[in-house]
Amino acid sequence: MNGVHDMGGMQGFGPVAPEADEPRFHHEWERRAFALNLGMGALAQWNLDQLRSARESLPPAQYLASSYYQIWVEGLIRLMLEHGLVTPQELADGKLRDAALPVPAALKADAVAATLARGSSVERTLARKALFAVGDRVRTRNINPASHTRLPRYCRGKPGTIVRVHGAHVFPDSNALGAGEQPQWLYTVRFEAAELWGPDTTATTVNVDCWEPYLESRSSGNDPASP
Amino acid sequence: MSGERASDRDGHEHDDHHGHAGAGSELSEMDLRVRALESLLVEKGYVDPKALDALIETYETKVGPRNGARVVAKAWADPKYREWLLEDATAAIASLGYSGRQGEHMVALENTQRLHNMVVCTLCSCYPWPVLGLPPVWYKSAPYRSRAVIDPRGVLAEFGVKLGEEVEVRVWDSTAEIRYLVLPLRPVGTDGWTEDQLAALVTRDSMIGTGLAKVPESEMLR
Repeated sequence: MNGVHDMGGMQGFGPVAPEADEPRFHHEWERRAFALNLGMGALAQWNLDQLRSARESLPPAQYLASSYYQIWVEGLIRLMLEHGLVTPQELADGKLRDAALPVPAALKADAVAATLARGSSVERTLARKALFAVGDRVRTRNINPASHTRLPRYCRGKPGTIVRVHGAHVFPDSNALGAGEQPQWLYTVRFEAAELWGPDTTATTVNVDCWEPYLESRSSGNDPASP
Repeated sequence: MSGERASDRDGHEHDDHHGHAGAGSELSEMDLRVRALESLLVEKGYVDPKALDALIETYETKVGPRNGARVVAKAWADPKYREWLLEDATAAIASLGYSGRQGEHMVALENTQRLHNMVVCTLCSCYPWPVLGLPPVWYKSAPYRSRAVIDPRGVLAEFGVKLGEEVEVRVWDSTAEIRYLVLPLRPVGTDGWTEDQLAALVTRDSMIGTGLAKVPESEMLR
């Protein structure tokens, strides 16, 4: 989705403002919002890509006006409503009305360390061989899906070179839609910054992780723009 | 302009002197909202408040950039470990006990005299939790996410870092589940230092690529 979360290359947000000795959380509600997101995530009612998609598809004005953990709260509420885990009435007055849905048991304190240590690998086995190898010249496809994607706008339709092959990873574009993991080969693609921005950049290269469906070959001679 | 305000609000009220009449009440409103939400979810049995406490305690007190500093110091001190880290960062980092959530697929990026790596997540806030902990507000903010990929030298200047023109600036946008750790340049004047001494020079920002490792005091006097 061409959402406002896709910020690479936007201008006018002002300087970066690092905070000296920044605390991990600035308010008690941020602590609880953080933990609620992880705790509800442990029920496995949605996947990571659906979670990101929920946050990123907030209305643009609301997204920009919200702090980071406010976005986390809004995203969580949206997913809980979609899944019927809570009702709008319950959210409005905080009073329990409907019984809980039959979901896995809540994460317990003594399982937290092991759960975090285990993490959640997104690498999968894929019988199909990778189309590209390190050094291959590729071009990102010019795609504009209205649904979730991880190909930023600033590097669509751009020539680049494969610098890493990571293996087959869960494909967010399908996983966010609940259409399955549909693992795809994942690469790091190196773009010359001048190809992305023309002369108006101070970067030398920008390196972006791209799944195979985002890429096409440009070694077949159908690319007059590149030598 | 709402965009400017968004970045300030990310920084929270410490610098919020712009007469936001609603700011205070808005924050307490969030407190009330999240408190009500938690009690509802506890009542439904979806979450256990003790588990929430444990999650918070983990990321507030146990996991942070000192982990990453151990990794960097070891790579500086031990050439074999450095090689392993650059070859298979996930395994090399896990060997020190740092692994799991948001660090399942690690890649280490080595800075040299001629190459400076800098990491951003333009789409959200992807960050290697096991080695750096939770990201600072600026990393998640619009100013950093928007500019890191187009004007990294301008961003670095705001962190007080100026690189020579001959240095290649390589930006990494973590759009997937690969998490990047920058291996900063080892400061001169640290020959023979122990890993503990070296780790003290490794800052969080140097492992994101928005800073450099600290210079030893002996070198500052030169």
